[in-house]
Amino acid sequence: MSTKQFLFSGFGGQGILFAGKFIAYKGLMDGKNVSWLPSYGPEMRGGTASCGVIVGDETVGSPIVSRPDVLVAMNLPSLDKYESTVAPGGIIFVDSTLVSRKVNRTDVTVYPIPATQMASDNKTPTLANMILVGKILKVLNDFDEVSVRTALGKVISAKRADMLEVNLNAMKLGADY
Amino acid sequence: MSDKVLMKGNEAIAEAAIIAGCRHYFGYPITPQTEVAAYMAKRMPKIGGCFLQAESEIAAINMVYGVASTGKRVMTSSSSPGISLKGEGLSYLAGADLPALVVNVQRGGPGLGGIQPSQSDYFQATRAGGHGDFKMIVLAPASVQEMAELTVKGFELADKYRMTTMLLADGTMGQMMEPVALNDLKVNDSIEKPWATTGTNMEREHNIVNSLFLDPAALEQTNFERFDRYKTIEENEVMYEEYLMDDADIAIAAFGIAARVSKNAIDEARKEGIKVGMIRPITLWPFPVAPFRKAADQVKAMISVELSMGQMIEDVRLATECKIPVTLCNRVGGMIPSPEQVLESIRTTAAKIGGAN
Repeated sequence: MSTKQFLFSGFGGQGILFAGKFIAYKGLMDGKNVSWLPSYGPEMRGGTASCGVIVGDETVGSPIVSRPDVLVAMNLPSLDKYESTVAPGGIIFVDSTLVSRKVNRTDVTVYPIPATQMASDNKTPTLANMILVGKILKVLNDFDEVSVRTALGKVISAKRADMLEVNLNAMKLGADY
Repeated sequence: MSDKVLMKGNEAIAEAAIIAGCRHYFGYPITPQTEVAAYMAKRMPKIGGCFLQAESEIAAINMVYGVASTGKRVMTSSSSPGISLKGEGLSYLAGADLPALVVNVQRGGPGLGGIQPSQSDYFQATRAGGHGDFKMIVLAPASVQEMAELTVKGFELADKYRMTTMLLADGTMGQMMEPVALNDLKVNDSIEKPWATTGTNMEREHNIVNSLFLDPAALEQTNFERFDRYKTIEENEVMYEEYLMDDADIAIAAFGIAARVSKNAIDEARKEGIKVGMIRPITLWPFPVAPFRKAADQVKAMISVELSMGQMIEDVRLATECKIPVTLCNRVGGMIPSPEQVLESIRTTAAKIGGAN
């Protein structure tokens, strides 16, 4: 498939938009066409956040992700809301620390990762998002450390350069899970 | 190759305005355009510019009027309800023949409506931005790159023709991030402004900026002169893009986000063997009449895809002189047509024209 649609979803504060932005920048660094569109509607004000990212070889048409190939659900409301929208044959990544139920769909591949617990054990409680991102790249066979570093350099401000290694380590943790 | 960065459409507008030489921004927060103001608040003080959050949209547009009188590049931005508030000021800017850039990142209406994307201010932008006979140049970007390019172009056109350029975007275009190359932007800010109120230095007559003409014959004359200028714009400044129109039997008319969605649907329809293309107006005024007129002799039907109850469709029908059927494919209120909905509309149209053969 030449184009992949990602949907990142969870609570506000879990780094949903950041994770999406990283995937978009990684695509840009790899010479792909990309788009990133956040939810900004009333649901955001209720504490849930989501963003759709499209990465592909062709020019991006509609930036709206309505049938994601990859869904990242970092809380239960997100899985409830978006499980049915995933394209057949797609992949669902679930933060299994926060989502207790199983995924019902049988035509998709599911990766339950206790990302919040792993982040906490790793003393980086805010990086559950990047643990999941690491796993995504690994599963998609796209964990190339050089381009990952370049993309991290784009989303982490120069003032917080020390966070680059911390994020990279969290991603490796996820990739190795 | 130029360096590409990911930027929100709203941020790209703001940075492009600064690149174009705009050092005065006046605005008032409203979703989904607030990032324009937030970006300006951050950047303007660092480059010796002026960012001012006005007490209202009305105050902001009148501050624009003031700075425009001095010949400096100036802008304001808002979203639908805020643009309505600016209507009086837009009319005054036109009456005084002042250049300005006004950005409308549209949301669903009428009234306070909602905060999700819409294109239902098409009539307001192209027909009646305020009272009186006047036009604004209306530019409709369909990518973040185009938001930057048309912002720069918008200032140039405003200066060249001494009028308001409106950048008509929507919530999706404002909020989305895409790669954008800003160092390729071509800025032309060398347009002479002998009318500007910059001080006479006791060497010339006073320049007077005013929109009040109590003598009807004089007022009529200003209208005639303004419309002569509009005619020049219609002849020289039309912008549009065609997509797969060469062999098309069906043409989609769509701008902004609707064109992005339509592109997906067209690609799918082509796989099914349906010869469908698209004409995407980039200038909504002046409307690209010529390509539509030409297409009317080629295609058998058109579909106007809009986030409104059908506004641009009137211009499509006028341009095609009702030679072919034009149907509407739409969602409103902050909803966006899906590629599937547009594809279904294409299939229905293809079945109809197929039956006529």
